[in-house]
Amino acid sequence: METFDSKGYLDMELLRFTTAGSVDDGKSTLIGRLLYDSKSIFEDQLEAVQRVSDQKGDEHLNLALLTDGLKAEREQGITIDVAYRYFATPKRKFIIADTPGHIQYTRNMVTGASSANLALILVDARKGIVEQTYRHSFIASLLQIPHVVICINKMDLVDYDQKVYEQIKSDYEKFAAKLEVKDVRFVPISALHGDNIVDRSKNMQWYEGSTLLYLLENVHIGSDHNHVDCRFPVQYVVRPQSKEHHDYRGYAGRIAGGVFKPGDEVMALPSGFSSKIQSIDTFDGPVDEAYAPMSVTMTLEDEIDISRGDMIVRTNNQPEIGQDIDLMVCWLNEKKLIHRGKYAIKHTSKDARCVIKEVKYKVNINTLHRIEDDLELGLNDIGRISIRTTQPLLYDSYKKNRITGSIILIDEATNETVGAGMII
Amino acid sequence: MTTYNLNHLKELEAESIFVLREVVAQFEKPVLMFSGGKDSIVMIHLARKAFHPAKLPFPLLHVDTGHNFPETIEFRDKLAKDIDAKLIVRTVQDSIDQGKAVEEKGPNASRNTLQIVTLLDAIEEFQFDAAMGGARRDEEKARAKERFFSHRDDFGQWDPKNQRPELWNIFNGRKSFGEHFRIFPISNWTEMDIWQYILMEDLEIPSIYFSHKRKCINRDGVILAESPYVETKEGEEAEEMVVRYRTVGDMTITGATLSEASTLESIIEEVASTRITERGGRNDDKRSETAMEDRKKEGYF
Repeated sequence: METFDSKGYLDMELLRFTTAGSVDDGKSTLIGRLLYDSKSIFEDQLEAVQRVSDQKGDEHLNLALLTDGLKAEREQGITIDVAYRYFATPKRKFIIADTPGHIQYTRNMVTGASSANLALILVDARKGIVEQTYRHSFIASLLQIPHVVICINKMDLVDYDQKVYEQIKSDYEKFAAKLEVKDVRFVPISALHGDNIVDRSKNMQWYEGSTLLYLLENVHIGSDHNHVDCRFPVQYVVRPQSKEHHDYRGYAGRIAGGVFKPGDEVMALPSGFSSKIQSIDTFDGPVDEAYAPMSVTMTLEDEIDISRGDMIVRTNNQPEIGQDIDLMVCWLNEKKLIHRGKYAIKHTSKDARCVIKEVKYKVNINTLHRIEDDLELGLNDIGRISIRTTQPLLYDSYKKNRITGSIILIDEATNETVGAGMII
Repeated sequence: MTTYNLNHLKELEAESIFVLREVVAQFEKPVLMFSGGKDSIVMIHLARKAFHPAKLPFPLLHVDTGHNFPETIEFRDKLAKDIDAKLIVRTVQDSIDQGKAVEEKGPNASRNTLQIVTLLDAIEEFQFDAAMGGARRDEEKARAKERFFSHRDDFGQWDPKNQRPELWNIFNGRKSFGEHFRIFPISNWTEMDIWQYILMEDLEIPSIYFSHKRKCINRDGVILAESPYVETKEGEEAEEMVVRYRTVGDMTITGATLSEASTLESIIEEVASTRITERGGRNDDKRSETAMEDRKKEGYF
């Protein structure tokens, strides 16, 4: 048994990834294998799955039952909702957002992709690149997932043939040129037999790249956050109202970008007042610098009026400020987007309302073609829209910063989250 | 080039602090569920970090079944006092006395499900609009589908098939009158993360988490502590065992683990090598395949 180093955990990093694949491409098997090989599936879970598999008369141990937690999912044998799974190796802790491959696919994958560092896209070696691969890749690119790993699965069923792998790789590269994915890797695997998952495959000596787990453990995620443009959306104002901290006024929030240091010249937006950072406080004492995704509390040298929804930035590097905003939106609700309709909008810590001014086009997510003659945005549709907000937003393009560049739209009657927007 | 990296615990911590602050910013009367168990101890620690140097901007609520381990209750009271927090306790016994809940009978009787009534009553009594809990997605398959901000209708019910999508770190806490939210700031933590964090932050936890001698009964593989609340079946006899607890619920349902682990380091080693889930020793989850989902729909945490 592996010995556990009780100090080593202090160097572990967190990687969030999402898995995408079409039906029967072995996604559940792959996740099951990663969990199993990292000892993250427990005996009682396996027994429970075995019990249900037996009762249903499944031929194989149905690993999908591990992730399909809801009664309705088990009854219908489908995954309805994003499920989160966890596993860890001595190097990293992993959070998998496992998204189902059915009708609700786009909505679920967009949800899972929104916080992911990496997307695993499965391709069946026998079938090669299919329509769904385009769709998954487009979403990964739209949501600006920094790393994409194309797992060419079921290599065992094509005799571990290098030519098959090379062909799929080159087909994909041609298509990917149209997308904006910064870092694409390819791994030939057999999830069923464990080839190139944790251990190098003896059946594919021609493959010189790393195994999937090695990739997941070592892909560089230190630059996934924006550490250049300083953005601190104020979430909450800490006022202790105690004798000891009578005059304390701290701005609490999570750094959305850049590196802040005490002494930095900063500006509060939208007011435009300038000041200097007096201290960056945490429960464990003041810190010398703060960067994304840290949660901290800042104090400023001057008393200026700042509240939730405002943003603290560097004087020489400001975000866009405006009420007329263009965005790509993914529609998440059965009730279609209403042209000229009004919605509540949430952006960082700011709440406002907005009106849909125009739907410019819809995207055919299988071909990436623009559709301009049908502008109805329904569930799972993606399109470009223009909105006008009731108050100015302090924003960046989504490409520049995933936190200050994203919004959600809320139906004011039902309070449901109906749209996910990425600012252009 | 300098690298700006947080370790996994610091990143989880930052996420949870963000969620806690979001709750206080978005809701009028939030409350933090506090049982004295390890997850809720971590929650309190995170909340203290989130609002430092101010005190917690919300009270603590414990729904006491009356079947808790005395060590946990003692710990609960002490911690609340130490951090000068307001602790509200509502008891299942009161709900039973008022005729709102009916005690189960027999050797496997438990007050676990009965807590729902007491909890929903407390939420109504104080008009809480957000109840924060230490449930984690890795604990149980129905919990794996939970949102950070989980909407409850005016009957306190969860509708798992119709949840709001949750994207990026934008949380939608909008609701109609009478509805409330359950909030799970440590959704993304695993049992291992919790233990590592307790070690890293040097947090105090109740003694029952460490190895100790206790008179127990072995019932169908679940080691139950001998207590006035557990009716013994014929042929069952309590013997002294060396045990510790991985999770702390009622004495009637929480199984102990045979263990010699008496330090946090040795507990972490044990957690790393164990092959049974944390809730594997909980009889409340074994009642049926979807026991947790069924209870959650009714209003359970």
